[in-house]
Amino acid sequence: MLEGLLALLPQVIFDGLLLGFVYAMIALGYTMVYGVLELINFAHSEIFMIGAVVGVEVFRYLAPVIPNGVVVLVLALILGAIISGVMAMIVERLAYRPLRARGTTNRLVPLITAIGVSFVLQDLVRLVEGIWHNEFKLQMRLIPPLDGNFTFLTVFIQYKALILILVSLLMLVGLNYLVNRTKLGTAIRAVAQDMNTARLMGINPDVIISRTFLIGGALGGVAGVLFAVQYSTIDPYVGFLPGLKAFTAAVLGGIGNITGAMVGGLVLGQMETLAGTYLPTLTGGNFGTEYKDVIAFLILILLLLFRPQGLLGQVVKEKV
Amino acid sequence: MSLLELKNIHTYYGHIHALKGISLTVKEGEIVTLIGANGAGKSTTLRTISGMVKPRSGEVLYQGKPVQRVPAEQIVSMGIGHVPEGRRIFPRLTVEENLEIGAYLLNDKKLVEERKQIGFQLFPRLYERRAQKGGTLSGGEQQMLAIARALMQDPKLLLMDEPSMGLAPVLVDFIFETIQNLNRSGKTILLVEQNARIALQIAHRGYVLQTGELTLSGPAADLAAKPEVQAAYLGGH
Repeated sequence: MLEGLLALLPQVIFDGLLLGFVYAMIALGYTMVYGVLELINFAHSEIFMIGAVVGVEVFRYLAPVIPNGVVVLVLALILGAIISGVMAMIVERLAYRPLRARGTTNRLVPLITAIGVSFVLQDLVRLVEGIWHNEFKLQMRLIPPLDGNFTFLTVFIQYKALILILVSLLMLVGLNYLVNRTKLGTAIRAVAQDMNTARLMGINPDVIISRTFLIGGALGGVAGVLFAVQYSTIDPYVGFLPGLKAFTAAVLGGIGNITGAMVGGLVLGQMETLAGTYLPTLTGGNFGTEYKDVIAFLILILLLLFRPQGLLGQVVKEKV
Repeated sequence: MSLLELKNIHTYYGHIHALKGISLTVKEGEIVTLIGANGAGKSTTLRTISGMVKPRSGEVLYQGKPVQRVPAEQIVSMGIGHVPEGRRIFPRLTVEENLEIGAYLLNDKKLVEERKQIGFQLFPRLYERRAQKGGTLSGGEQQMLAIARALMQDPKLLLMDEPSMGLAPVLVDFIFETIQNLNRSGKTILLVEQNARIALQIAHRGYVLQTGELTLSGPAADLAAKPEVQAAYLGGH
Protein backbone atom coordinates (compact mmCIF):
# COMPACT_ATOMS: atom_id res chain seq x y z
CA MET A 1 0.00 0.00 0.00
CA LEU A 2 2.80 2.39 0.93
CA GLU A 3 4.37 1.91 -2.47
CA GLY A 4 1.13 2.81 -4.14
CA LEU A 5 0.87 5.94 -2.07
CA LEU A 6 4.41 6.98 -2.83
CA ALA A 7 3.94 6.36 -6.55
CA LEU A 8 1.13 8.89 -6.48
CA LEU A 9 3.19 11.51 -4.69
CA PRO A 10 4.77 13.38 -7.66
CA GLN A 11 1.35 13.78 -9.26
CA VAL A 12 -0.18 14.99 -6.02
CA ILE A 13 2.57 17.53 -5.50
CA PHE A 14 2.18 18.80 -9.06
CA ASP A 15 -1.58 19.18 -8.65
CA GLY A 16 -1.05 20.89 -5.31
CA LEU A 17 1.30 23.30 -7.00
CA LEU A 18 -1.40 24.36 -9.48
CA LEU A 19 -3.92 24.94 -6.74
CA GLY A 20 -1.27 26.69 -4.67
CA PHE A 21 -0.48 29.18 -7.42
CA VAL A 22 -4.17 30.03 -7.80
CA TYR A 23 -4.44 30.60 -4.04
CA ALA A 24 -1.24 32.59 -4.01
CA MET A 25 -2.45 34.98 -6.69
CA ILE A 26 -5.78 35.57 -4.97
CA ALA A 27 -4.04 35.86 -1.60
CA LEU A 28 -1.92 38.70 -2.97
CA GLY A 29 -5.03 40.82 -3.51
CA TYR A 30 -6.17 40.21 0.05
CA THR A 31 -2.79 40.90 1.52
CA MET A 32 -2.09 44.08 -0.47
CA VAL A 33 -5.39 45.67 0.50
CA TYR A 34 -4.98 44.54 4.08
CA GLY A 35 -1.46 45.94 4.15
CA VAL A 36 -2.67 49.37 3.10
CA LEU A 37 -6.09 49.64 4.76
CA GLU A 38 -6.15 46.86 7.36
CA LEU A 39 -9.35 45.86 5.62
CA ILE A 40 -10.21 42.27 4.81
CA ASN A 41 -11.73 42.87 1.42
CA PHE A 42 -14.09 39.92 1.21
CA ALA A 43 -15.34 41.20 -2.13
CA HIS A 44 -11.99 40.09 -3.55
CA SER A 45 -13.42 36.55 -3.98
CA GLU A 46 -15.91 38.03 -6.41
CA ILE A 47 -13.24 40.03 -8.23
CA PHE A 48 -11.58 36.66 -8.80
CA MET A 49 -14.92 35.13 -9.90
CA ILE A 50 -15.41 37.97 -12.40
CA GLY A 51 -12.03 37.10 -13.89
CA ALA A 52 -13.14 33.49 -14.27
CA VAL A 53 -16.38 34.55 -15.97
CA VAL A 54 -14.48 36.88 -18.32
CA GLY A 55 -12.23 33.93 -19.16
CA VAL A 56 -15.18 31.74 -20.12
CA GLU A 57 -16.81 34.49 -22.17
CA VAL A 58 -13.64 35.32 -24.06
CA PHE A 59 -13.24 31.66 -25.01
CA ARG A 60 -16.92 31.41 -25.91
CA TYR A 61 -16.69 34.24 -28.43
CA LEU A 62 -13.09 34.22 -29.60
CA ALA A 63 -12.24 30.51 -29.74
CA PRO A 64 -14.47 29.98 -32.84
CA VAL A 65 -12.74 32.93 -34.55
CA ILE A 66 -9.13 32.57 -33.46
CA PRO A 67 -7.91 29.01 -33.88
CA ASN A 68 -4.93 29.28 -31.53
CA GLY A 69 -5.77 28.60 -27.87
CA VAL A 70 -2.69 30.36 -26.54
CA VAL A 71 -3.62 33.59 -28.34
CA VAL A 72 -7.16 33.40 -26.98
CA LEU A 73 -5.81 32.76 -23.50
CA VAL A 74 -3.49 35.75 -23.65
CA LEU A 75 -6.43 37.93 -24.69
CA ALA A 76 -8.54 36.43 -21.90
CA LEU A 77 -5.81 37.12 -19.35
CA ILE A 78 -5.43 40.74 -20.45
CA LEU A 79 -9.18 41.34 -20.50
CA GLY A 80 -9.67 39.50 -17.20
CA ALA A 81 -6.94 41.58 -15.55
CA ILE A 82 -8.40 44.84 -16.84
CA ILE A 83 -12.03 44.10 -16.00
CA SER A 84 -11.32 42.67 -12.56
CA GLY A 85 -8.81 45.42 -11.75
CA VAL A 86 -11.21 48.18 -12.77
CA MET A 87 -14.06 46.46 -10.91
CA ALA A 88 -11.93 46.38 -7.74
CA MET A 89 -11.18 50.08 -8.21
CA ILE A 90 -14.86 50.89 -8.64
CA VAL A 91 -15.74 48.93 -5.50
CA GLU A 92 -13.12 50.86 -3.56
CA ARG A 93 -14.34 54.17 -4.92
CA LEU A 94 -18.04 53.54 -4.29
CA ALA A 95 -18.05 51.43 -1.15
CA TYR A 96 -14.88 51.91 0.90
CA ARG A 97 -13.69 55.44 0.19
CA PRO A 98 -16.90 57.12 1.42
CA LEU A 99 -16.48 55.27 4.71
CA ARG A 100 -12.90 56.48 4.99
CA ALA A 101 -13.92 60.04 4.14
CA ARG A 102 -16.41 59.98 7.01
CA GLY A 103 -13.61 58.95 9.29
CA THR A 104 -15.27 55.69 10.29
CA THR A 105 -12.94 54.19 12.85
CA ASN A 106 -14.96 51.06 13.58
CA ARG A 107 -13.19 48.33 11.61
CA LEU A 108 -16.35 46.22 11.51
CA VAL A 109 -18.15 48.69 9.29
CA PRO A 110 -15.97 48.35 6.17
CA LEU A 111 -15.80 44.59 6.78
CA ILE A 112 -19.57 44.29 6.64
CA THR A 113 -19.59 46.56 3.59
CA ALA A 114 -17.13 44.16 1.96
CA ILE A 115 -19.40 41.20 2.63
CA GLY A 116 -22.32 43.16 1.22
CA VAL A 117 -20.37 44.08 -1.92
CA SER A 118 -19.56 40.41 -2.27
CA PHE A 119 -23.26 39.49 -2.48
CA VAL A 120 -23.99 42.37 -4.82
CA LEU A 121 -21.27 41.28 -7.25
CA GLN A 122 -22.37 37.63 -7.17
CA ASP A 123 -25.92 38.48 -8.07
CA LEU A 124 -24.88 41.16 -10.54
CA VAL A 125 -22.91 38.56 -12.49
CA ARG A 126 -25.78 36.11 -12.17
CA LEU A 127 -28.15 38.71 -13.54
CA VAL A 128 -25.89 39.64 -16.44
CA GLU A 129 -25.23 36.03 -17.37
CA GLY A 130 -28.90 35.20 -16.99
CA ILE A 131 -29.91 37.94 -19.41
CA TRP A 132 -27.04 37.23 -21.77
CA HIS A 133 -27.11 33.44 -21.99
CA ASN A 134 -30.21 32.41 -20.09
CA GLU A 135 -28.07 30.50 -17.64
CA PHE A 136 -25.49 31.34 -15.03
CA LYS A 137 -23.65 28.05 -14.92
CA LEU A 138 -20.83 28.34 -17.41
CA GLN A 139 -18.65 25.73 -19.03
CA MET A 140 -15.18 26.54 -20.29
CA ARG A 141 -14.60 25.33 -23.84
CA LEU A 142 -10.91 24.98 -24.49
CA ILE A 143 -9.27 24.71 -27.87
CA PRO A 144 -5.90 23.29 -28.92
CA PRO A 145 -3.19 23.39 -27.83
CA LEU A 146 -4.53 24.13 -24.34
CA ASP A 147 -6.32 20.80 -24.03
CA GLY A 148 -3.21 18.79 -24.88
CA ASN A 149 -1.16 16.82 -22.40
CA PHE A 150 1.89 14.66 -21.93
CA THR A 151 3.37 12.43 -19.27
CA PHE A 152 6.65 13.31 -17.67
CA LEU A 153 7.98 10.25 -15.81
CA THR A 154 4.88 9.36 -13.81
CA VAL A 155 3.29 12.81 -13.79
CA PHE A 156 0.38 13.56 -16.07
CA ILE A 157 0.78 17.15 -17.20
CA GLN A 158 -1.71 19.20 -19.16
CA TYR A 159 -0.42 22.05 -21.28
CA LYS A 160 -2.87 24.40 -19.59
CA ALA A 161 -1.33 23.48 -16.24
CA LEU A 162 2.11 24.45 -17.48
CA ILE A 163 0.71 27.77 -18.68
CA LEU A 164 -0.90 28.34 -15.28
CA ILE A 165 2.42 27.84 -13.53
CA LEU A 166 4.29 30.01 -16.02
CA VAL A 167 1.82 32.89 -15.86
CA SER A 168 1.60 32.72 -12.06
CA LEU A 169 5.36 32.85 -11.73
CA LEU A 170 5.54 35.82 -14.08
CA MET A 171 2.85 37.65 -12.12
CA LEU A 172 4.51 36.93 -8.78
CA VAL A 173 7.93 38.06 -9.96
CA GLY A 174 6.39 41.11 -11.61
CA LEU A 175 4.50 42.07 -8.47
CA ASN A 176 7.59 41.66 -6.33
CA TYR A 177 9.45 43.95 -8.68
CA LEU A 178 6.65 46.49 -8.69
CA VAL A 179 6.27 46.60 -4.94
CA ASN A 180 9.94 46.53 -4.00
CA ARG A 181 11.67 48.30 -6.85
CA THR A 182 9.39 50.97 -8.28
CA LYS A 183 8.29 54.37 -7.06
CA LEU A 184 4.65 53.29 -6.97
CA GLY A 185 5.63 50.25 -4.91
CA THR A 186 7.57 52.36 -2.42
CA ALA A 187 4.58 54.70 -2.16
CA ILE A 188 2.26 51.73 -1.54
CA ARG A 189 4.51 50.50 1.24
CA ALA A 190 4.81 54.00 2.71
CA VAL A 191 1.02 54.43 2.77
CA ALA A 192 0.70 50.97 4.33
CA GLN A 193 3.12 51.85 7.10
CA ASP A 194 2.01 55.39 7.92
CA MET A 195 -0.70 57.02 5.86
CA ASN A 196 -0.50 60.45 7.50
CA THR A 197 3.23 60.78 7.15
CA ALA A 198 2.93 59.66 3.54
CA ARG A 199 0.79 62.76 2.94
CA LEU A 200 3.64 64.91 4.26
CA MET A 201 5.75 63.44 1.45
CA GLY A 202 3.24 64.68 -1.13
CA ILE A 203 1.52 61.31 -1.56
CA ASN A 204 -2.25 61.34 -1.99
CA PRO A 205 -3.28 58.16 -0.12
CA ASP A 206 -6.54 57.87 -2.07
CA VAL A 207 -4.63 57.59 -5.35
CA ILE A 208 -2.29 54.96 -3.93
CA ILE A 209 -5.16 52.98 -2.40
CA SER A 210 -6.97 53.05 -5.73
CA ARG A 211 -3.87 51.73 -7.53
CA THR A 212 -3.49 49.04 -4.88
CA PHE A 213 -7.02 47.83 -5.58
CA LEU A 214 -6.30 47.96 -9.32
CA ILE A 215 -3.18 45.81 -8.98
CA GLY A 216 -4.72 43.36 -6.51
CA GLY A 217 -7.87 43.14 -8.61
CA ALA A 218 -5.91 42.53 -11.81
CA LEU A 219 -4.01 39.69 -10.14
CA GLY A 220 -7.33 38.26 -8.94
CA GLY A 221 -8.67 38.52 -12.49
CA VAL A 222 -5.68 36.67 -13.93
CA ALA A 223 -6.10 34.01 -11.25
CA GLY A 224 -9.78 33.77 -12.22
CA VAL A 225 -9.05 33.24 -15.90
CA LEU A 226 -6.44 30.60 -15.11
CA PHE A 227 -8.84 28.94 -12.66
CA ALA A 228 -11.53 28.76 -15.34
CA VAL A 229 -9.06 27.29 -17.82
CA GLN A 230 -7.88 24.71 -15.30
CA TYR A 231 -11.11 23.69 -13.58
CA SER A 232 -13.69 24.42 -16.32
CA THR A 233 -16.99 24.75 -14.45
CA ILE A 234 -17.78 28.30 -13.38
CA ASP A 235 -20.73 30.04 -11.77
CA PRO A 236 -21.20 33.36 -9.90
CA TYR A 237 -20.59 31.64 -6.58
CA VAL A 238 -17.36 29.97 -7.57
CA GLY A 239 -15.26 32.63 -5.87
CA PHE A 240 -16.42 31.91 -2.35
CA LEU A 241 -14.38 28.85 -1.41
CA PRO A 242 -11.14 29.65 -3.26
CA GLY A 243 -11.44 33.21 -1.93
CA LEU A 244 -11.84 32.05 1.63
CA LYS A 245 -8.92 29.66 1.24
CA ALA A 246 -6.77 32.33 -0.35
CA PHE A 247 -7.58 34.51 2.63
CA THR A 248 -6.47 31.60 4.81
CA ALA A 249 -3.29 31.44 2.76
CA ALA A 250 -2.70 35.16 3.28
CA VAL A 251 -3.09 34.76 7.04
CA LEU A 252 -0.96 31.62 6.93
CA GLY A 253 1.88 33.51 5.32
CA GLY A 254 1.40 36.58 7.51
CA ILE A 255 -1.26 38.99 6.30
CA GLY A 256 0.15 42.17 4.81
CA ASN A 257 3.29 40.33 3.76
CA ILE A 258 3.56 39.77 0.01
CA THR A 259 6.10 36.95 0.04
CA GLY A 260 4.06 35.46 2.86
CA ALA A 261 0.94 35.38 0.69
CA MET A 262 2.79 33.47 -2.02
CA VAL A 263 4.30 31.00 0.43
CA GLY A 264 0.97 30.64 2.26
CA GLY A 265 -0.83 29.90 -1.01
CA LEU A 266 1.67 27.29 -2.09
CA VAL A 267 1.71 25.62 1.34
CA LEU A 268 -2.07 25.55 1.53
CA GLY A 269 -2.34 24.12 -1.99
CA GLN A 270 -0.01 21.27 -1.04
CA MET A 271 -1.73 20.57 2.28
CA GLU A 272 -5.13 20.47 0.70
CA THR A 273 -4.15 18.21 -2.20
CA LEU A 274 -2.16 15.89 0.04
CA ALA A 275 -5.05 15.66 2.49
CA GLY A 276 -7.56 15.12 -0.30
CA THR A 277 -5.53 12.25 -1.73
CA TYR A 278 -4.25 10.49 1.33
CA LEU A 279 -6.92 11.07 3.96
CA PRO A 280 -9.26 8.34 2.66
CA THR A 281 -6.48 5.73 2.58
CA LEU A 282 -4.85 6.73 5.84
CA THR A 283 -8.12 6.70 7.76
CA GLY A 284 -9.38 3.50 6.19
CA GLY A 285 -12.06 5.38 4.31
CA ASN A 286 -13.54 7.06 7.38
CA PHE A 287 -12.61 10.51 6.15
CA GLY A 288 -13.17 11.06 2.45
CA THR A 289 -11.57 13.51 0.04
CA GLU A 290 -14.27 16.05 0.87
CA TYR A 291 -12.52 16.64 4.18
CA LYS A 292 -9.76 18.53 2.39
CA ASP A 293 -11.53 21.81 3.13
CA VAL A 294 -11.69 20.91 6.79
CA ILE A 295 -7.94 20.47 6.70
CA ALA A 296 -7.46 23.89 5.12
CA PHE A 297 -9.43 25.66 7.80
CA LEU A 298 -8.04 23.51 10.60
CA ILE A 299 -4.65 24.84 9.58
CA LEU A 300 -5.99 28.38 9.85
CA ILE A 301 -7.41 27.79 13.32
CA LEU A 302 -4.24 26.14 14.61
CA LEU A 303 -2.10 28.86 13.14
CA LEU A 304 -4.17 31.59 14.73
CA LEU A 305 -3.74 29.83 18.05
CA PHE A 306 -0.01 29.28 17.92
CA ARG A 307 1.42 31.79 15.45
CA PRO A 308 -1.05 34.59 14.89
CA GLN A 309 1.47 36.67 12.94
CA GLY A 310 1.70 33.93 10.27
CA LEU A 311 4.65 31.99 8.88
CA LEU A 312 6.59 34.98 7.56
CA GLY A 313 4.87 37.75 9.47
CA GLN A 314 7.06 39.31 12.07
CA VAL A 315 6.52 41.61 14.94
CA VAL A 316 8.70 44.51 13.85
CA LYS A 317 10.44 46.30 16.67
CA GLU A 318 9.95 49.97 16.16
CA LYS A 319 11.84 52.53 18.14
CA VAL A 320 10.08 55.74 18.95
CA MET B 1 6.22 90.38 3.07
CA SER B 2 6.34 87.47 5.47
CA LEU B 3 7.00 84.03 4.11
CA LEU B 4 4.38 82.63 6.46
CA GLU B 5 1.58 84.35 8.28
CA LEU B 6 -1.08 82.88 10.54
CA LYS B 7 -4.10 85.10 11.10
CA ASN B 8 -6.40 84.36 14.01
CA ILE B 9 -6.29 80.56 13.59
CA HIS B 10 -8.83 78.46 15.49
CA THR B 11 -8.34 74.71 15.32
CA TYR B 12 -10.45 72.05 17.00
CA TYR B 13 -9.89 68.37 17.71
CA GLY B 14 -13.45 67.17 18.03
CA HIS B 15 -14.78 69.35 20.83
CA ILE B 16 -11.39 70.40 22.10
CA HIS B 17 -10.53 73.96 21.18
CA ALA B 18 -6.82 73.40 20.56
CA LEU B 19 -5.81 76.73 19.00
CA LYS B 20 -7.64 79.81 20.17
CA GLY B 21 -6.83 82.54 17.71
CA ILE B 22 -3.16 82.13 16.85
CA SER B 23 -1.54 84.90 14.82
CA LEU B 24 2.13 84.77 14.01
CA THR B 25 4.58 85.58 11.24
CA VAL B 26 7.77 84.01 9.95
CA LYS B 27 9.97 86.10 7.66
CA GLU B 28 12.24 84.66 5.03
CA GLY B 29 15.61 83.64 6.44
CA GLU B 30 14.49 83.49 10.06
CA ILE B 31 14.54 80.82 12.70
CA VAL B 32 11.38 81.31 14.70
CA THR B 33 10.68 79.12 17.69
CA LEU B 34 7.42 78.25 19.31
CA ILE B 35 7.89 77.22 22.92
CA GLY B 36 5.40 76.07 25.48
CA ALA B 37 4.41 73.22 27.74
CA ASN B 38 3.12 69.82 26.66
CA GLY B 39 -0.35 70.14 25.16
CA ALA B 40 -0.11 73.90 24.61
CA GLY B 41 -0.87 73.42 20.90
CA LYS B 42 2.63 73.65 19.43
CA SER B 43 2.32 70.54 17.25
CA THR B 44 -1.23 71.49 16.30
CA THR B 45 0.07 74.80 15.01
CA LEU B 46 2.58 73.04 12.77
CA ARG B 47 0.02 70.49 11.66
CA THR B 48 -2.37 73.29 10.77
CA ILE B 49 0.30 74.92 8.61
CA SER B 50 1.18 71.71 6.80
CA GLY B 51 -2.47 70.92 6.16
CA MET B 52 -2.71 67.80 8.33
CA VAL B 53 -5.51 69.42 10.34
CA LYS B 54 -7.87 72.04 9.01
CA PRO B 55 -8.51 75.18 11.03
CA ARG B 56 -12.15 76.00 11.72
CA SER B 57 -11.47 79.66 11.07
CA GLY B 58 -8.59 81.98 10.33
CA GLU B 59 -6.06 82.14 7.55
CA VAL B 60 -2.71 80.58 6.81
CA LEU B 61 -0.88 82.72 4.28
CA TYR B 62 2.18 81.28 2.59
CA GLN B 63 3.98 83.71 0.30
CA GLY B 64 0.87 85.82 0.58
CA LYS B 65 -1.51 83.11 -0.62
CA PRO B 66 -4.14 81.50 1.63
CA VAL B 67 -3.35 77.77 1.95
CA GLN B 68 -5.53 76.69 4.88
CA ARG B 69 -7.81 74.69 2.59
CA VAL B 70 -5.03 73.07 0.55
CA PRO B 71 -4.59 69.32 1.28
CA ALA B 72 -1.37 68.31 3.05
CA GLU B 73 -0.04 66.41 0.04
CA GLN B 74 -0.16 69.60 -2.03
CA ILE B 75 1.28 71.88 0.65
CA VAL B 76 4.58 69.99 0.34
CA SER B 77 4.86 70.89 -3.31
CA MET B 78 4.55 74.59 -2.44
CA GLY B 79 7.81 74.43 -0.51
CA ILE B 80 6.83 73.63 3.08
CA GLY B 81 8.65 70.66 4.61
CA HIS B 82 7.49 69.11 7.87
CA VAL B 83 9.72 67.13 10.21
CA PRO B 84 6.97 65.62 12.34
CA GLU B 85 6.86 64.96 16.03
CA GLY B 86 8.32 61.55 16.84
CA ARG B 87 10.24 61.52 13.51
CA ARG B 88 7.68 59.31 11.79
CA ILE B 89 10.23 57.33 9.83
CA PHE B 90 8.71 54.61 7.64
CA PRO B 91 9.92 51.69 9.76
CA ARG B 92 10.00 49.00 7.07
CA LEU B 93 11.48 51.13 4.32
CA THR B 94 15.25 51.31 4.13
CA VAL B 95 17.02 54.57 4.88
CA GLU B 96 17.50 55.08 1.17
CA GLU B 97 13.83 54.36 0.42
CA ASN B 98 12.79 56.78 3.15
CA LEU B 99 14.80 59.47 1.38
CA GLU B 100 13.43 58.52 -2.03
CA ILE B 101 9.86 58.68 -0.79
CA GLY B 102 10.71 62.12 0.58
CA ALA B 103 11.30 63.10 -3.04
CA TYR B 104 8.01 61.57 -4.19
CA LEU B 105 6.99 64.69 -6.10
CA LEU B 106 10.24 64.85 -8.07
CA ASN B 107 10.29 62.97 -11.33
CA ASP B 108 13.88 63.72 -12.26
CA LYS B 109 15.87 60.67 -11.10
CA LYS B 110 19.18 62.51 -11.33
CA LEU B 111 17.88 65.27 -9.11
CA VAL B 112 16.65 62.72 -6.56
CA GLU B 113 20.09 61.13 -6.55
CA GLU B 114 21.77 64.54 -6.06
CA ARG B 115 19.50 65.41 -3.16
CA LYS B 116 20.15 62.02 -1.60
CA GLN B 117 23.88 62.71 -1.75
CA ILE B 118 23.34 66.11 -0.10
CA GLY B 119 21.51 64.31 2.72
CA PHE B 120 24.32 61.79 3.06
CA GLN B 121 26.89 64.63 3.20
CA LEU B 122 24.88 66.32 5.90
CA PHE B 123 24.58 63.09 7.87
CA PRO B 124 27.33 60.61 6.91
CA ARG B 125 25.83 58.24 9.47
CA LEU B 126 22.82 57.80 7.19
CA TYR B 127 25.08 56.77 4.33
CA GLU B 128 26.53 54.00 6.50
CA ARG B 129 23.02 52.84 7.32
CA ARG B 130 21.50 53.38 3.89
CA ALA B 131 20.44 49.75 3.39
CA GLN B 132 19.04 49.35 6.91
CA LYS B 133 15.34 49.52 7.70
CA GLY B 134 14.28 52.84 9.19
CA GLY B 135 12.75 51.13 12.22
CA THR B 136 16.12 49.72 13.28
CA LEU B 137 17.82 53.11 13.57
CA SER B 138 18.57 54.81 16.89
CA GLY B 139 16.54 57.85 17.91
CA GLY B 140 19.26 60.25 16.80
CA GLU B 141 19.67 58.54 13.44
CA GLN B 142 15.93 58.63 12.93
CA GLN B 143 15.93 62.35 13.61
CA MET B 144 18.70 62.82 11.04
CA LEU B 145 16.71 60.76 8.57
CA ALA B 146 13.53 62.75 9.22
CA ILE B 147 15.40 65.99 8.53
CA ALA B 148 17.16 64.62 5.44
CA ARG B 149 13.84 63.25 4.17
CA ALA B 150 12.14 66.64 4.54
CA LEU B 151 15.04 68.26 2.67
CA MET B 152 14.54 65.98 -0.35
CA GLN B 153 11.95 68.34 -1.87
CA ASP B 154 14.21 71.32 -1.13
CA PRO B 155 11.61 73.23 0.92
CA LYS B 156 11.83 76.97 1.51
CA LEU B 157 10.22 76.66 4.92
CA LEU B 158 11.01 73.82 7.29
CA LEU B 159 8.62 73.02 10.12
CA MET B 160 10.43 71.12 12.85
CA ASP B 161 8.55 69.47 15.67
CA GLU B 162 10.58 68.64 18.80
CA PRO B 163 13.81 67.60 17.10
CA SER B 164 15.48 67.21 20.49
CA MET B 165 12.93 64.77 21.87
CA GLY B 166 14.50 61.74 23.50
CA LEU B 167 18.02 62.50 22.30
CA ALA B 168 21.24 62.45 24.30
CA PRO B 169 22.61 65.98 24.99
CA VAL B 170 25.54 65.58 22.61
CA LEU B 171 23.12 64.65 19.82
CA VAL B 172 20.82 67.53 20.67
CA ASP B 173 23.77 69.90 20.19
CA PHE B 174 24.59 68.29 16.87
CA ILE B 175 21.00 68.48 15.59
CA PHE B 176 20.67 72.13 16.60
CA GLU B 177 23.98 72.96 14.97
CA THR B 178 22.62 71.34 11.83
CA ILE B 179 19.44 73.42 12.07
CA GLN B 180 21.54 76.57 12.32
CA ASN B 181 23.60 75.51 9.31
CA LEU B 182 20.47 74.82 7.31
CA ASN B 183 19.24 78.29 8.20
CA ARG B 184 22.54 79.85 7.11
CA SER B 185 22.27 78.02 3.80
CA GLY B 186 18.92 79.69 3.19
CA LYS B 187 16.19 77.66 4.87
CA THR B 188 13.56 79.46 6.87
CA ILE B 189 12.72 77.47 9.98
CA LEU B 190 9.76 77.32 12.33
CA LEU B 191 10.91 75.30 15.30
CA VAL B 192 8.68 73.82 17.98
CA GLU B 193 10.53 72.83 21.14
CA GLN B 194 10.00 71.86 24.73
CA ASN B 195 13.69 72.42 25.28
CA ALA B 196 13.22 76.19 25.36
CA ARG B 197 16.77 76.94 26.41
CA ILE B 198 18.44 75.60 23.30
CA ALA B 199 15.61 76.73 21.02
CA LEU B 200 15.94 80.33 22.20
CA GLN B 201 19.72 80.10 21.76
CA ILE B 202 19.54 79.48 18.03
CA ALA B 203 16.28 81.28 17.14
CA HIS B 204 15.98 84.88 15.98
CA ARG B 205 12.50 85.32 17.39
CA GLY B 206 10.18 83.33 19.55
CA TYR B 207 6.57 82.91 20.61
CA VAL B 208 5.30 81.43 23.84
CA LEU B 209 2.21 79.30 23.53
CA GLN B 210 0.00 78.57 26.51
CA THR B 211 -3.11 76.36 26.25
CA GLY B 212 -3.83 77.37 22.69
CA GLU B 213 -3.01 81.06 22.97
CA LEU B 214 0.14 83.07 22.32
CA THR B 215 1.09 84.88 25.51
CA LEU B 216 4.48 86.37 24.68
CA SER B 217 6.56 87.11 21.62
CA GLY B 218 9.72 88.92 20.70
CA PRO B 219 13.38 88.51 19.84
CA ALA B 220 14.69 85.25 21.27
CA ALA B 221 17.25 86.94 23.50
CA ASP B 222 14.58 89.20 25.02
CA LEU B 223 12.29 86.24 25.67
CA ALA B 224 15.09 84.29 27.31
CA ALA B 225 15.72 87.24 29.62
CA LYS B 226 12.11 87.56 30.75
CA PRO B 227 11.59 86.35 34.32
CA GLU B 228 8.28 84.65 33.53
CA VAL B 229 9.88 82.69 30.66
CA GLN B 230 12.82 81.77 32.84
CA ALA B 231 10.53 80.57 35.61
CA ALA B 232 8.20 78.56 33.41
CA TYR B 233 10.42 77.21 30.62
CA LEU B 234 14.08 77.63 31.53
CA GLY B 235 14.01 75.92 34.88
CA GLY B 236 14.22 79.17 36.88
CA HIS B 237 17.90 79.86 36.19
